[in-house]
Amino acid sequence: MDGRVELIINSIPALLRGTIITIQLTVLILIFGLILGLILAFGETYGNKLIQKLTALYGKVIRSIPELVLLLLVFYGLPNLGFRIRPFNAAVLGLGIRASAYMAQIFRGTFKAVSSDQITAAYSIGMGKYMTFIYVIFPQAIRSFIPPFANEYAIILKDTSLAYAIGVAELLRQGQYIIAVEYDPLTIFLMIAAIYFILTFGVTRLLKLVEFKLKVPGIGAESR
Amino acid sequence: MVDFLSQYLIIDIFISNFGRLMSGLRFTFTLTIVVMFFGTIFGVLLALGRSFGSKPVAWLCTAYIEIIRGTPMLAQLFILYFALPPYGIRMTAVTVAYLGFTINCAAYQAEYTRGSIESVSSDQFKSAYSLGMSRWQTIFIVVLPQAIRWAIPAWTNEFIYILKYTSLAYVIGAPDLMTQGKFIASRNYQFFRVYLIVAIIYLIIVWISTWIIDIVEEKLKIPGFG
Amino acid sequence: MKNKPLVQVKNLKKSFGDNLVLDGISFSLNTGENKVIIGPSGTGKSTVLNCINRLIMPDSGEIWLEDKEIVTAENINKIRQEIGYVFQGFGLFHHLTAKKNVMLGLRKVKKISKNEAEDIARFELNRVGLTDVDDSYPAQLSGGQKQRVAIARALAMQPKLMLFDEPTSALDPELIGEVLNVMKKLAEEGMTMLVVTHEMGFARSVSDEIIFMEGGKIVEQNHPEVMFKGPENERTRQFLFKLDDLYGKGGE
Repeated sequence: MDGRVELIINSIPALLRGTIITIQLTVLILIFGLILGLILAFGETYGNKLIQKLTALYGKVIRSIPELVLLLLVFYGLPNLGFRIRPFNAAVLGLGIRASAYMAQIFRGTFKAVSSDQITAAYSIGMGKYMTFIYVIFPQAIRSFIPPFANEYAIILKDTSLAYAIGVAELLRQGQYIIAVEYDPLTIFLMIAAIYFILTFGVTRLLKLVEFKLKVPGIGAESR
Repeated sequence: MVDFLSQYLIIDIFISNFGRLMSGLRFTFTLTIVVMFFGTIFGVLLALGRSFGSKPVAWLCTAYIEIIRGTPMLAQLFILYFALPPYGIRMTAVTVAYLGFTINCAAYQAEYTRGSIESVSSDQFKSAYSLGMSRWQTIFIVVLPQAIRWAIPAWTNEFIYILKYTSLAYVIGAPDLMTQGKFIASRNYQFFRVYLIVAIIYLIIVWISTWIIDIVEEKLKIPGFG
Repeated sequence: MKNKPLVQVKNLKKSFGDNLVLDGISFSLNTGENKVIIGPSGTGKSTVLNCINRLIMPDSGEIWLEDKEIVTAENINKIRQEIGYVFQGFGLFHHLTAKKNVMLGLRKVKKISKNEAEDIARFELNRVGLTDVDDSYPAQLSGGQKQRVAIARALAMQPKLMLFDEPTSALDPELIGEVLNVMKKLAEEGMTMLVVTHEMGFARSVSDEIIFMEGGKIVEQNHPEVMFKGPENERTRQFLFKLDDLYGKGGE
């Protein structure tokens, strides 16, 4: 029993290093997914026929391929085309591409949630485009954005564990390193699960709180 | 010329490994269907426990659902496959795949079902009681059938989700499509091309499944439900 | 015939938090009798009906259905089968067709065979004037049709008493008549009914007695003609006077 406590304490630094990598991956994938997803959603909502078709096809294809396969395609594919890529970057790119397709869906839903008569109404009282966005569109959009975003955040965080498969030293792989030496897999895996749980549950609860604070009757979308 | 082109074609790899890829595909489908079947049953039971069970039952169901949904699938598979054998619980990769994905699927199904149970209005309870139905009769005869109807879109999403997620069986070596791809690639060193084939197969089966699901959903439609 | 009352409510009390909703309600109802409860909204009219079916548990008081006491009854489900309940919001089961809605209680509670239940359902739907809605889902019916299916569903259980809780309040004006006509017909057939409603025309022409409730108390109960022509209580007079403004004279 004593040995186990010691093991737990001794493993904390290595697991924290893995946790930091996991968080870095999550944040970068989120940023990548948000930016590309926003562009795609704009294309699909406001673009011409061809752009609409292409962005829709992109989404459909990406959402149909397992994230693990996407990750491996990027990891093995880019060197094939002559680009050298580090596993960490391959993970951001591969999982980021997946995230962008889902983020685009979320943004599309958000755009839809703000009806066009809201914009007309804002113009009718003399607001410009900029003011309309700040005071009318954004406050409504953010409320229907948060619930699906919280959901997507949790998925992205958990899916960073797939980077394990291409050798990124994220939380799960750090754990494997310890297990290889100490051979007490249950303790280590339970610690890892607890860290993931805190990161997902904690942050989604926080976002729920924000959602609740911002809540206005009649606005809000169900999360998937 | 032909030689040069064939270097960039994947069709020859596909043809020469057809049998292996198809056996992987068969396992992927069997795994998905079995997991969805048991995942749905356990998911509904968990949702009922969480919504209508006694305090301790509701608490246990909630804890199960939140813990499973709060941790990565991969970690769950690792615990089953690597962390239990020292305690005398040894399972093959195939067993772990069936068990692990079912455990995971049940938690998500429970959450969808709970959401739709809550959307069944309380006047349905009242009118069932007024006919003399008991609480559990009302739950099983009136509330659950409606909740399940509401949960169908989420359920079909989950089917596609599991179909794709079973690719994680690769990390423990259960013989699904992805694992077979890895096996082929590790022999011919054509990783990118093999995974491209795998990606295209997933693409096709996901699209076909979605198409079939849409047709079935249309057939099962009841006026007033979504 | 009218020796022992079918329903007896004795000194019923109920509060929600600090809000005293029922403050000692007592009345009785003989077999074949038809009483209407009127009064301003929020005075506990619906709560009385809810208590009779024990959908709400009263704090104190007694409710007797023949020789069975409802508040302390061991098996409330048994008693509920003898009381039909029609809700303001219909309460139809959304996932079942009209016919199946009527059949459900027969099949699952009374354990009647499918064929027999189907015959009863047809008969009751016919009785409320619905002939071609058997396979329609609630979402495909008008409000008036929904409420008539709900009445048929309650009738199918062969209740001794029918409770109507503002059965026409959720209906568009042009659909109210079809539901009231069904209720009138039931009254004429001798069904015992307790109705909460704002339809004064119905109250006046169909009921044997009108109960005026306010602030959780029964202010006055009287024969409809007395009630409408010269109520004994000043509050009743004011209420009916205001209603005249809102709904027109309570005559036909």
